[in-house]
Order: sequence, then C-alpha cells, then structure tokens
Amino acid sequence: MTQEAYNGLVKGLKGLLNDYGMILVLIFMIGLFSLLTINEEEAVGTAAAEVMAEKIDKQGPGKNVLIIASTSADDMEMAVNLERILDDKGHRVLERLNGDPPSAGQILRDLQKRNETVDILAVTRNVAGWSLINNAGTKFSVCANAEILQPSSRKFPRFLKTDNLRNIADRISVIAILAIGMTMVIITAGIDLSVGSLIALSAVSSALFIREFGGDAGAGPGMLIGCSLLAILICGLMGFFSGALSTTFKITPFIATLAMMMIARGLAYKFSNVTTIPISNESFAWLGKGRMAGIPVSVMVMSLLYLAAYFVMHRTTLGRHIYAIGGNTEAAHLSGVPVNKVLLLVYTICGLLAGLGGVITASNLAGGAATYGDYYELYTIAAVVVGGTSLMGGEGKIMGTLIGAFIIAVIQSGMNQIGIESNTQKVVFGLVIIGAIVTDKYKRREISTKQMSLLLVGITVVGSTIYFFLRIIYPENFN
Amino acid sequence: MITRHHNVLSMRGIHKYFPGVHALKGVDFDLRQGEVLALIGENGAGKSTLIKMLGGAHQPSEGTIELFGEDSRIANPHDAQQLGIGIIYQEFNLVPYLSARENIFLGREITRGIFIDKAEERHRANELFKKLGVSIDPETPCNELSIAEQQIVEIAKALSQDVKILVMDEPSATLTPQEVKSLFRIIEDLKKQGIGIIYISHRLDEIFEICDRVYVLRDGSHIGSKEIDDINRREMIEMMVGRTLENEFPKVFQEIGEERLKVEDLRRKGGEKGVSFSVRAGEILGITGLIGAGRTELVRLIFGVDDRDGGLIMKDREVVNIQSPQDAIQNGIGLLTEDRKAQGLVLMHSVKDNFGLPNLDQFSRHAVLQLQKEKSSFLAQANNIRLKISSSDQLAGNLSGGNQQKLVLIKWLQRNCDILIFDEPTRGIDVGAKYEIYLLMNDLAAKGKAIIMISSELPEVIGMSDRILVMRSGEISGEIINTQTTSQEAIMELAVH
Repeated sequence: MTQEAYNGLVKGLKGLLNDYGMILVLIFMIGLFSLLTINEEEAVGTAAAEVMAEKIDKQGPGKNVLIIASTSADDMEMAVNLERILDDKGHRVLERLNGDPPSAGQILRDLQKRNETVDILAVTRNVAGWSLINNAGTKFSVCANAEILQPSSRKFPRFLKTDNLRNIADRISVIAILAIGMTMVIITAGIDLSVGSLIALSAVSSALFIREFGGDAGAGPGMLIGCSLLAILICGLMGFFSGALSTTFKITPFIATLAMMMIARGLAYKFSNVTTIPISNESFAWLGKGRMAGIPVSVMVMSLLYLAAYFVMHRTTLGRHIYAIGGNTEAAHLSGVPVNKVLLLVYTICGLLAGLGGVITASNLAGGAATYGDYYELYTIAAVVVGGTSLMGGEGKIMGTLIGAFIIAVIQSGMNQIGIESNTQKVVFGLVIIGAIVTDKYKRREISTKQMSLLLVGITVVGSTIYFFLRIIYPENFN
Repeated sequence: MITRHHNVLSMRGIHKYFPGVHALKGVDFDLRQGEVLALIGENGAGKSTLIKMLGGAHQPSEGTIELFGEDSRIANPHDAQQLGIGIIYQEFNLVPYLSARENIFLGREITRGIFIDKAEERHRANELFKKLGVSIDPETPCNELSIAEQQIVEIAKALSQDVKILVMDEPSATLTPQEVKSLFRIIEDLKKQGIGIIYISHRLDEIFEICDRVYVLRDGSHIGSKEIDDINRREMIEMMVGRTLENEFPKVFQEIGEERLKVEDLRRKGGEKGVSFSVRAGEILGITGLIGAGRTELVRLIFGVDDRDGGLIMKDREVVNIQSPQDAIQNGIGLLTEDRKAQGLVLMHSVKDNFGLPNLDQFSRHAVLQLQKEKSSFLAQANNIRLKISSSDQLAGNLSGGNQQKLVLIKWLQRNCDILIFDEPTRGIDVGAKYEIYLLMNDLAAKGKAIIMISSELPEVIGMSDRILVMRSGEISGEIINTQTTSQEAIMELAVH
C-alpha cells in the first residue's frame, strides 16, 4: 500500500469517527454486554450431535456406541442426528434411547445379556448426571471400558446470539423509523412530542379498519394495504396540523405537538373503546413479524427508509432547506427558502412515519390498543440526541440517529439480559443519555476536563448515596 | 502606586495559536494612563483576539501581561473584572427585561441581610448616570432603552466596577451622529479620570476626533504605533492594508440606461406614508438617513419580507407581484442584508452550502442536488472575488466580516440578479475589503445592473452613488441628483428636522 493510500485511509477513518463518534459508544456497549453475559453454554440438538460425532471419531474408527438421551425435543434431535452421522461414518450404534433411567437400565441389562461390549456411552448433559450412567462401568461388565462422552460446553456471550441480535433490530425498528422524522424535525430546530401517541392512534385505526371494513381474518392484501395506508394518512394529517399550528399560527412546536400528543392519545382511546382490538389476519402479521431471508421485514423497511432519508437530507434541495431553516430561519427565508412549506412537509413526514410505526406495531402485536407507544416520543428524541443531532437545530446526521437508536436498543436488551429490573433500567437509561451528550460535548471541547470530572464525581456521589439509602430502608430488595 | 507607572497595561511578546491559525505573532502592546488608544486593523488582523485576552476569554500561548507594573494572569472574565478591566462588546451583555439598575449590579447586588438594597443601588446608579451626564431612570427595563442608552448602561456597569482600563469595540457603529457626540464627551470625561481607553473602530474620522494614539495590527503583527498628530488618514489606511491606495472611493460613472425598478406609493401594513422612487440600469442609488428613518423597512417591503399595504412594484416597466422573498428572487431582485450574521448567513454551515442556498434551482435536477456543479461554481465565484477560505467546507461563522460580506455577495452574484439591494454593505468591514466591494459595485453597474445602496456613512454615500435619496421618518425627504457637488451637511440638513 502506498503512503498516499494509507494517509487517505487514515483520514477517511478519522472523518468517519468525527462524524459518527457514537459508533464507538455503540461498540463499547456491545462489548460490555457481551462480557457481562458470557456463560457456559452447551451445544444442543443437531449442533450437539455434530460435536459428539467428532469426539467419537477421535477415539478411533468402528466403535460400538450406545446413545442415551432424554425425551426432550433437543435431546431427541441430538440422538437421532447422532445415530445417522455415526452410521454414515462407519461406527456401530448398538442402541439409541430417548427415555428415562429405568428404560436405560433395561437396555444396559439387555446388552449385558447379549454380551455386547460398549466402547462409548454417548449421552446428553442431563443424562450424564444420572447415577445409573456414572456407575455403568462397575455395574455392567460390558461397559467396563466404556468411555462416557457428552457434548462439551463452551463459553459464549448470550448477548451476541443471533436470536438476541435479531431481537434488538426487531425491537428498535419502530423507534428507529420514528426517529427519521424526528431527526428532520429537530434539525429544523423544532420538536414533535406527538409521535408516541400517533403510534397508538395508527395501531388502533388500522386494527379498527381491518375489523370493520375488511372483516379481520377475511381481509385480502388489497384491503389490508388500504386500511394501513388510511391509518398512516390520518397520522400524516395530524402531523400536517402540527406543522400548520407552528407555522401559520406561530405556536411553538413544543406546545403545538404537546397538544397533538394529547389529542391523538385521546382519540386512540375513543376509537378503541379502551380495549385492545385484536387482528387475527395472518397476512397482516407479515409486516411486523415476518422474515425475508432471515431478516425481519420491519428491519428491512427501516433500512430502506434510512437510505431514502439519507439521500433526501444530503442530496436534495429539500434536505438543504431543512438544514438551512434550522441553522438560521431568517437567513433561509431571505435566501428564498419556502420556510413554511418545508416545515409543513417535515411535520407531515414525521406524522406519516409515526403512522407507519403504528401499523408495524399493530402487525407485530396482532392488534391495536391505545396504550401502545407510551413514552416512544421520549425514546425517539433520546435516539436522535444520542445520535449527535443538536436540539438547537441546523446540524445532525440521519445515520447518527440510526446509531443512536441502536445504542438505546442495545442498552435495553443488554440490561434485560443481565437481569436488571425495569425501574433501575430507567435510571441507567437516563444516565446513559446524559453520558452520551456530555461525551459529545467534551469531544467538541464545549466543556472542559474539569467540568467533565466534576460531573462524574457528582453523579457517583449522588448515585451511591441513593443506593445506600435504599439499602437501609428496603434491605429485603438487596439480597 | 499607578502614578509611578506610565503604562497601565503592557503586553510583551504575545503569541496566540488556534488550531491551524497563528492569530497573534509576538505582539507588544502598551496602554498609557488616561489615553484613548485607537486599535485598528483589517478584520482578521487579530484585534478581537487581543481584546479577548484582556477580557479573560483567551489566554496568550506565549508572552506576558503586565497590569499597573505587576505581572498578571487573566484566567477568566471574573479575573478581568477584579483587575479593573472593563470591555464593552458590540453586542451588549444586558438582560433585556431587567432594569438599568439591575443590570448594572447584576451578580454584584448590594444587599442588606438577604434582601437587595434597592434604595442604595438606585442611589449609586443615579450617581453613575450623573457622572456620565445623562438622565436615565435606573428602573427602566433595558429593552425599553435606546441603543445609545443601553451603551451608557454598559459604561455605567463598567464604572461601577471601578475600571482602570476600558475597551470599547465599535461603540459608534449603531449610534446617530448626536449620540456619537455625547459618547465622545463621556470618553473625554473618563480620560480625565485617568482611565485608559482602547477604542476600536473602522470609522477613521472618529479616530482623528477622539483618539490620542493609533496602534495598527495587520495579520497578527504589530505594524506600528503613531501619535494621532503624526499620521494622516491615507497613511492610516495604508498601514492597515499594507499597500498604497489610490482612492478611497473608486467611483466610475456609467452610462445610465433604462429604468429597471420602480416603486409607487409603497406602504407598510398600517403605515400612512407611501414611498415612490425608481432606479435605472447602471445606476447606484444611495439611500441614507438617520437610523430609524425607515430605510431598511423600505427595502424589506420591496423584497417581500414584510407585508405591505398597497403600492406598486414595477420591474422593467411591468408590474410584478411580490409577496415573499421567493417572489422577489424570481423577479431578479437580490438583498444583501444589513446584519450578515443574523440574516445573511447560516453561520454553522459551510461556505459552499451558504453560497448554494438561493441558487439550488441551478444546482439541481428534479430536486436532486448536483454537488459537483455547485462546488465548481462556488470555487469559481470565490476565486473571482478573492474570498479567503481554507476549503469549501469551512464554516461561514469562521470567516472575518469582510469575507462574510463577500460570501453574501457571491450568493447573489450567482443568481445574476438585475437589481441588487445593498443594506449597509461596508458596516464593520475593514478598508481593504471595503475597497474591493466598491470595485464590485462598479463592475455590476457596468453590466447594466441597478444597485440600491443603503448606508449611514455619508462619505461612502457621496463617494459611490450616482444619485442620493435621503429618508426621514419613513418618507423620502429629499433627492440629490448631483453627488459631485453635494456635501455631508446638505444631506444632514435633509435627514434631520
């Protein structure tokens, strides 16, 4: 590699870290939770069978193997597969049992009678605990030289398992989709508090429409799409109204969207009649629960929307206008930017995306209820801010928001995995938001090392005081 | 004590490095007791950096500061206050809804027990105002005071802290001529009390009137200091720009062509008086008057920023309907606002993005940006106007005043506007950049553009205009056709009652 290319690479990496420094925080969080969730993990099912077969192979060719496993699904899978693999490899499987200790004893006695020597006793982990197996060597002479083999365990972070990672992406997709609109709004120096309530309104409306217009389970794809689009459109109108309030009527976005937040939540309760409206339509579940090539559909939708949003923000006149309005509304106006039109559009987009988030939630949870999306506006704002967008407007990056959303999901999931209860989670969550912002400000030298360390000391002191106070008054909670 | 030291302040070998910039290059700076020292230089010469060191906002990277003969360290604004240094910035540090008295004693309230001793504070505030020879009610909220009165409150605030050194950054920029006169009277008074004053201004006439000595900075270095009697205007300019200037106002009289813009009976919403005038191709029309005479308001009406109540706007003899800045821009009108920072530029965005903002229609197809095209147009324009930038990604906020004005200018040059309105085009800009902007105006006029130039600086209005309109309380109070024979006095006569 030439020096020039190397320099270019270093510069590129530096730029990336400058633009998306939060990616380091994300990596750190993933690392931290991985370390904290490392545990002994035994292979099960087919994987266990493969491991066992390898072990048996190492003992030499043409062994006589007795497979004993319990009746659990995993053990079944392991035993059947192991038998097949061993047959293929030229070993001799004397017997395969999926049963309890008495039936295992029966088999051993049979073998004893037939005087069939057992070279290897292949068992699963729980079977290895049976006293019958441990004592087989002394009780049955055919087993005198038998090697007892079980699938070995390995250390692996529970956090990094495919299921969990997919879960994180799945869970975050709705908040991440909301955060696209929120990023745009915040870059214009506005805010939208109504998105959480719009989730509920959209979920309830779509469920209601599918039940009322489509007859729930009987609704065809066209009807489902129609009902979903209608629900999304309603939210778009709510967003448009927020925008109109803050432009034409000059109500600050905070107040305008606070009002819309209450109105939308109230309407959701009215439309749902304070119950959950169930949807049993199977096709509808595809959006929220379905997978394509192993990837959740909602995650795919999210990814596409992020690509589109990135393009809009950085490659179109609309994006440039959004940034300019947030950076200096007056200058933008005097440069011929149609400020009010752009703001109306941005709030409408925010509403539409919240509507889509609501439909995905309804699909995922197979129903609509007015309680959905509680606090989502706050999680969404947190994702945007952690992602490096300033509430003062004018700066921020859409991909930063995606990272912010992932940081939040990773923390949530990580804390669940290491068994932190939900109230403590809220406290930690708040601290993480403070931490993320302060770190960012420190990096930009808006605050000094001294201030930073004072803050850390302050949080530690207050934190430990509260901890010990709680320990004293509720000792029973600290076992 | 102080009397033994002639210098109240001496800075030696001051260097200041910012990332990528060597802002001050080993500067020596002395201030004598009871003198008014003019600190002059082009924007970006290092004046602000030097002042911010005195105010405790920056620390020198190298060098020493001696105050009243003692080595001192000014680590923060509080230290500066303690050491008797007062700084009055261009943007005042007053809380709008607090009264003059509350602002003067903000953070240093006089208390009796846990209560603020209002009577004592009022008494002292009155004394301060008396000393300054003004009558301001200490209980007036600052947002109800005029700019000049607010400035006096700032001065009173500094005096209440027993300042020995007072720095004034462009104090006259927003004052009327009368107000400037009373400011000078106050400065004379402070001088007599032995306070050393550092006076920063781009208005050279004032410097000859009020200052004792001139200190010139250029590109972070000290170019020279002269007693005011040993220097003339021309020498001062040449020291600042580092080259000889032939003429302060390089006016070229163009062939005046067809009428390009005409307004008839233009009226603000709720306003009573209509304004009518026209401007022709190749013409520079100067509009002047006192602050508050309605000059900026007039052009905001033409540009569609404010709502109007009747009146016609005609472009090339055809009536055009202008309801918003977009409409104005569509009709080939460009407005270079008075306040570049608040209205002209998005300071936190790059110079290129600022340039592109009114021109995105040229740099996009179906709303998709053509970034390469934008960048190359920007670089061409920037190069043409000799905009000093490190890259097209540099933030507009990091440019000096003159360069910011050039940036605003190329925004509109790229639009190729037929009518350009310059509102105070050279305010806060150093002589070198001023000269370049005048040359550009000539160029534009030569291309047949019509130019409206609003300015409070009478020499500039007289020196650059083909024709002058004088405004007074929202009306045009007079027109001067022959700018070569007119005088500042003639204009002032029209501007005041």
